[in-house]
Amino acid sequence: MKTVATNPKEDLQAIRDIMERSSKFLSLSGLSGVFAGFCALAGATYLWWSILGPNQLNFSQALAGGLFTTRLLSVALTVLVAAFLGAVYFSYRKAGRAGQPLWTLTTRRSLIHFLIPLATGGIFCFVLIQGKMEGLVIPASMVFYGLALVNVGKFTFGELHYLGLIQILLGFLAVYLVAFDLVIWSAGFGIFHIIYGALMYHRYER
Amino acid sequence: MKNLIANLQKVFDSRIRLGIMSVLMVNESVDFNALKELLELTDGNLASHLKALEQQEIIVVSKQFVGRKPSTTYRATPHGKELFQQHLAALEALISNK
Repeated sequence: MKTVATNPKEDLQAIRDIMERSSKFLSLSGLSGVFAGFCALAGATYLWWSILGPNQLNFSQALAGGLFTTRLLSVALTVLVAAFLGAVYFSYRKAGRAGQPLWTLTTRRSLIHFLIPLATGGIFCFVLIQGKMEGLVIPASMVFYGLALVNVGKFTFGELHYLGLIQILLGFLAVYLVAFDLVIWSAGFGIFHIIYGALMYHRYER
Repeated sequence: MKNLIANLQKVFDSRIRLGIMSVLMVNESVDFNALKELLELTDGNLASHLKALEQQEIIVVSKQFVGRKPSTTYRATPHGKELFQQHLAALEALISNK
């Protein structure tokens, strides 16, 4: 018996689809995570090979020494910019494949919620360096980055929430294991990004 | 069964209106262009459905200027949200009754 012209099942499916698409930024590609991870590992390897290893320093000591500050920070910044550009590129590709524009309401919203804690962390790290508290720069960068992920997790894939929690935990660990600060940083920004990105790619993009 | 169908709201008959409401249920307020982008509609088509929803007080419209550009944003009224919830419940009930 056909009582209504609408197809309730299709209607509900469409509603669910639009609700998700309009509230979540789903163009973020898992490959962004993998790429960011490799950028971080490359940066860490370079720092180890060129500065930390030969001088037998950990990251905090090298930063505190003052001699390498500019180089350390430019490598960190390069990693950040490269990872960000990678995220833009892979998201652009993913959006293009899905036939959707990249610069949408949800993209802007995600970006803002991601950047507020991240920029706060960046400024805070700068303050730490000025205040000669270099030992806290790596922990602070990881904790604030983790908070940024937890925050943006509400507006994109929820899994980012857990990646954020891992970064926060590793950040606190780095406070106590200063000697291994670069190793912990590489684990957080490198290894866990790659694992996360690969999982996400496997789950949503294959 | 009769009751279930009575709860289907006539105003949400069209897929486009369902789409508009779906967006406004999960977003506090959305501007015209974002709606157009999300639902992949033409200006005229979207505008006529928005007008209809506005007349029934399911959504409210506010116009303001962002810089020099006029911007029209839409949000669902409590009444509209309630009607939509009823409509959803009716759709779900129809499915489970089949």
